[in-house]
Amino acid sequence: MGKQPEYKDWEEKELAASLKRFPERKKKFTNHGGEEIPRLAVPDQIGDQYLEKIGFPGRYPYTRGVQPTMYRGRLWTMRQYAGFSTASESNRRYRYLLEQGTTGLSIAFDLPTQIGYDSDHPMAAGEVGKVGVAIDSLADMEILFDGIPLDKVSTSMTINAPAAILLAMYAAVGEKQGVAVGKLKGTIQNDILKEYVARGTYIFPPWPSLRLITDIFKWCTEQTPEFNTISISGYHIREAGSTAVQEVAFTLANGITYVQAALDAGLELDYFAPRLSFFFNASSDLLEEVSKFRAARRLWARIMRERFNAVKPESRMLRFHTQTAGYTLAAQQIDNNIVRVALQALSAVLGGTQSLHTNSRDEALSLPTEDSVRTALRTQQVIAHESGVTNSVDPLAGSYFIEELTDRIEVQASELIEKIETAGGVVAAIEDGFIQRQIENSAYEYQQEIEKGERIIVGVNEFQIAEQTKPPLLRVDPEVENAQVRGLKALREKRDNKKVAEALANLSRCARTSANLMPEILAAVKTYATLGEICQVLREVFGEYRG
Amino acid sequence: MPEQKKTHRVLIGKPGLDGHDRGAKFIARALRDAGFEVVYTGIRRTPEEIAAAAIQEDVSAVGLSLLSGAHLSLFPAVVQALKNAGAGDIPVLGGGIIPDEDVALLKDAGIIEVYTPGTPVTQIIAAFRSACETQEAGRT
Repeated sequence: MGKQPEYKDWEEKELAASLKRFPERKKKFTNHGGEEIPRLAVPDQIGDQYLEKIGFPGRYPYTRGVQPTMYRGRLWTMRQYAGFSTASESNRRYRYLLEQGTTGLSIAFDLPTQIGYDSDHPMAAGEVGKVGVAIDSLADMEILFDGIPLDKVSTSMTINAPAAILLAMYAAVGEKQGVAVGKLKGTIQNDILKEYVARGTYIFPPWPSLRLITDIFKWCTEQTPEFNTISISGYHIREAGSTAVQEVAFTLANGITYVQAALDAGLELDYFAPRLSFFFNASSDLLEEVSKFRAARRLWARIMRERFNAVKPESRMLRFHTQTAGYTLAAQQIDNNIVRVALQALSAVLGGTQSLHTNSRDEALSLPTEDSVRTALRTQQVIAHESGVTNSVDPLAGSYFIEELTDRIEVQASELIEKIETAGGVVAAIEDGFIQRQIENSAYEYQQEIEKGERIIVGVNEFQIAEQTKPPLLRVDPEVENAQVRGLKALREKRDNKKVAEALANLSRCARTSANLMPEILAAVKTYATLGEICQVLREVFGEYRG
Repeated sequence: MPEQKKTHRVLIGKPGLDGHDRGAKFIARALRDAGFEVVYTGIRRTPEEIAAAAIQEDVSAVGLSLLSGAHLSLFPAVVQALKNAGAGDIPVLGGGIIPDEDVALLKDAGIIEVYTPGTPVTQIIAAFRSACETQEAGRT
């Protein structure tokens, strides 16, 4: 059978261009038996409906993926979220992960850092180093990346309200290592809107927070062209209890809000839009999740083209990181979690993710141990190298079920976005509690199904056993908090406090104008002003949000 | 004499900086459905704020939820804050991501029950009911 003209056209344009830049991982992809596996399977007849809804990978509307060859060209980035205790302890874990074949770092910060408190603040008591690493100043950040060359790794930082400060510290560490700021690669989460509805690490009210975000967009566009300036996150919305459709809708509605805020701040769409990235949850309903990723990609492409008139292809591409669903992990028979995670990870890969974190088996009990983290990473490696699903692009396309579900999620998410816009947009919907109520209702229904036994969770409400053995758990030594506080005290005595005060005064003045805050924040972190001190200056100008 | 069935009032609190309140909200709503009057503090409250709210709302029990690992400092801090405010008789229950070996430590520190993921909600509701009844019986 000869190739269809549309297929040929794609081969000659997108595919050829991609192969020229990035050859595929293997000369030939074959099964056991030596038969060649098709790069892209398509229907015999390519009609208008196929082109409009499904199309070709690397081509609008990107339903089948953002790159023409997907994982035949390059596997997703295996990026395990990690961080706990002190900077030096976390540094050891990162080096371990890099040795084990992880291909990108993902930094977890402790809650005081995420909420802009130094480790000695009364609100930080008990939380220092618990869910991530404690970073009080540039000094901690220097230790965190000791021996890790920043021009060789890409680093994702889960940081939102104080994202500008951690980004500035990262740039300052790079500078000390002799790495030009333009060479830095990575992502800052920098997505404050979902914090108000799902994750809770807000500091300032929505509007000044949006200003900080657009300041970052602008600064990064000029200074760090390879850095993803935001990771617009549905992950935590889903974790808080939303449905798949709500996850897509609220995430893309937030995305629209950021794009509009940047346009309102005078930024040019096709300059900042290519650096927007997304972050989704991979939950347990495998086929629904695959469809969700495909629907989200198509819907965002349409929004960017039709609503915002994005011209560059990269501006229309929804690139995303995925994490498997923490809320599905059970504290009972924890090895079952390995299987859950494998299925969830598979959905992310079949859905075309750009990077992936797999949760560890013991995370319903505590932070993961090194052994559990390794198994989680191995799960990704098995999918990548053994399952065969990486040999062909978007292999589930054309399944009646998958395509119908993809269409349905797109339509329903689109209607929900419209509802939010009619109600005055995301910020109004947060202030009114509309989004929070929707999530809460979905969470309640889901949990009630479990309680009533209508939804079976293996080992939890069915197939239970009496468990004797307790798994080893990772614990953060309470001494970490004291050590961190002592280090902070020493820093405050050692640094040039006059310079710190000057830098903070400059920042305060800048915050009262509409000038970009990034240069002043960068200047302040270089004097070893602490995260808490910088945030305090901004709190005084911007005020604080209380949920 | 037939006893008038009293509606129990409870407070669900999120001490510290943890923003994961899916569980706390679920328990709050399940208790409401079971006939309790429930006050939910919202996230990011200090132990003192939680104690003050418990007293002001005149509740018979306090439920705390924490997934950040700070339970060993923050749960006992709420018990202490209640004592300091002269309300040491209000029982405190806890839940969240809590390793088994911490349960005994928390109970020693005065938290009467500790629940981890997978506990049936009926069991939690029963514990709140019993805690409220004990507390209310002690009031008279």
